[in-house]
Amino acid sequence: MRWTVLAFALFSTLFSALFDGVGTAQAATLKATLISPENDPRLDRTRVERAYLGHPGGPAAEGVQLALDEGGFELEAAGAAVALAPATASSLESARAAAQAAEKAGAALILTDLPAAWTVAVADAVKLPVLNIGAPDDSLRQQDCRARLYHLLPSERMRADALAQTLVSRKWSKLLMLVGPGPADQQRAATAQASIKRYGLQVVGSKPFKLSTDPRERDLANPLLLTAGSAYDAVWVVDSDGEFARGLPYRTVLPRPVVGDAGLVALAWHAQFERYGAPQVSRRFFKAAKRPMTDRDWAAWMAGKTLLALASAIPKGPNAAWAQALAKTSVDGSKGVSMSFRAWDGQLRQTMLLTDGQGVIAQAPIEGLLHPTDVLDTLGADAPEKLCKAAR
Amino acid sequence: MTPTRSRTRSILFCALWFAGGAWAQGTAYVSSEKDDALTMIDLTTLAIKGTIPTCKRGRHLQLTPDRKLMLACSDSGVADLIDPATGKSLRRIPLGDDPEAFDLSPDGKTIYVSSEDDAAAVFVDAATGKKLKEVKVGQEPEGVKVSADGKLLYVTSEVASLVHVIDTASGKVVKNVKVGKRPRRMAITPDGKELWVTCELDSGVTIVSTADHSVLATLKFEVKGARAQDITPVGIQMSGDGKRAFVALGRANHVAFVDVAARKVTDLVLVGKRAWNVALDKSEKRLFVVNGLSDDLTVVDVPGAKPIKTVPVGRVPYGVVVVE
Repeated sequence: MRWTVLAFALFSTLFSALFDGVGTAQAATLKATLISPENDPRLDRTRVERAYLGHPGGPAAEGVQLALDEGGFELEAAGAAVALAPATASSLESARAAAQAAEKAGAALILTDLPAAWTVAVADAVKLPVLNIGAPDDSLRQQDCRARLYHLLPSERMRADALAQTLVSRKWSKLLMLVGPGPADQQRAATAQASIKRYGLQVVGSKPFKLSTDPRERDLANPLLLTAGSAYDAVWVVDSDGEFARGLPYRTVLPRPVVGDAGLVALAWHAQFERYGAPQVSRRFFKAAKRPMTDRDWAAWMAGKTLLALASAIPKGPNAAWAQALAKTSVDGSKGVSMSFRAWDGQLRQTMLLTDGQGVIAQAPIEGLLHPTDVLDTLGADAPEKLCKAAR
Repeated sequence: MTPTRSRTRSILFCALWFAGGAWAQGTAYVSSEKDDALTMIDLTTLAIKGTIPTCKRGRHLQLTPDRKLMLACSDSGVADLIDPATGKSLRRIPLGDDPEAFDLSPDGKTIYVSSEDDAAAVFVDAATGKKLKEVKVGQEPEGVKVSADGKLLYVTSEVASLVHVIDTASGKVVKNVKVGKRPRRMAITPDGKELWVTCELDSGVTIVSTADHSVLATLKFEVKGARAQDITPVGIQMSGDGKRAFVALGRANHVAFVDVAARKVTDLVLVGKRAWNVALDKSEKRLFVVNGLSDDLTVVDVPGAKPIKTVPVGRVPYGVVVVE
């Protein structure tokens, strides 16, 4: 594995220290490895071109890299350095092996842009903190949570809560749900239902849909037939694939908005977000990666920012000190608030953006919502629910 | 003469005619990001008396040593130099891509501007508009402040949470001072000894010694009913005697009066949404607070520490300057 040293400390001895293996008292390099899927199907050209909201727009490394490139001054001022190494995995086993190899090579942290099961396997294979930037699954924050597993990407439940809150603020309380056929859809629909219940909204009907033009299946496939027969304020579509949802707005029987995976979508980021210095971040990303910054890219960028924050706060390390500091680290994500990791499940608490794909329509938590300690904790699993049993 | 201008003139005339009451004559000029205009507020009546068209997306607004208004425009990439006597643009000075804030050398000959997109502090010759120097700094540079003797330039980087100390003669960064999260604006005490830096995501002000650039203290703001994360200080101004500082607390919708020597908050005054920048009038009896998210400006009575009037101004107001 080759380490790319991105930033150097002011100390000239660092160079020799790195390559001769002679430790210096002044500074250490924080090494991190990013594990991504090999031949990532999410990044197939045709999928990326469709640019479904909430789907990756390109490699996660681009976001991490941007943060590290921006951090030159901060690292220099602190006399710190960060090095990022890429790794790929074609299976759960190879993800585990890549993590173990990184740990052996001296990595302080592992970054993963992997499916949920692989992410857990990585977390179990090493004694290092793992920053999850690719898996929104609630299971990773609940029954399958791990003490050293942190999440930069919002969970599915945070997305559903943000959307439910927005519907509450609009008083659009009667919802028709349309749910896709995949196992992920079933799970995400259950998450949505729970958010709907939590915020006192009402499901007036829930129907499965199927992508099809077969006339014998028209009840499952035709948006007009699917949205007829009940009165509702909005249609909440759960479609992990994205194609059906994209075709749904303006094709409902009643003139009602579509929300969920098309229409109005709750995400961590949108390139058109106008406040809190966000346009500068999106512009820098566009300059570097030649594409608009998606919510996934934001999560990756935040992982890079987390590495920077650790290295500049504790330039000398060692790895154990960084691992310990992580839980207390707060990071500025250009969403107007300082963000930190929840003590109970390692999730980064954050503002959510509601977007129609063209701009940012609203933010969550909605105004006026109260919480005993931090209003950001109205999004996602909260401490008293005790859904994550791992001791942190 | 256009009808608008003649009306502005006549309003101006009336304002002058009726002036001479409790308050000095004068005007508060407010820049707003989405109007491409300055809004003028009469200091006597506290009513809007007109607007001045400007370059696009005006942000930081400041008086030059020869009492002209200088407005940095992020979208046009220029500074608009406006004569307050006539309300007309004298000339436009190129400032490069996306300028945000600036300060002037004491002689007014050099403009030091933060260029957000290039992550640089740019030195511009005010007379010719020629770029003299470009100093690379941390990402999203914002606040710019020149020392009274003009020898040092302070620039904040919002992303790196640093104040860069730059030698104006050599254009070299001589020190990077780590301050609170997302440093925004700065004020120097009139004795020149302390640099106060507002830190938006740190709910406070970092106080830096100008002698050795060490951090002397951190002042944290507290507002009853608001959580720390909702206290996001940005604009700051000191009184002429250096005894008080006035800090806009952003989303906490308050402005804080601070006893500078004691480093303690003495008063908190409720203003509009996302209090952004502040300016005092000459007598220091009134404070003008620009509210970025409620499109208005709050006039605060300083001795009584009370808001006295809210004036609607342009869309997304940003900066304010008082000319008397």
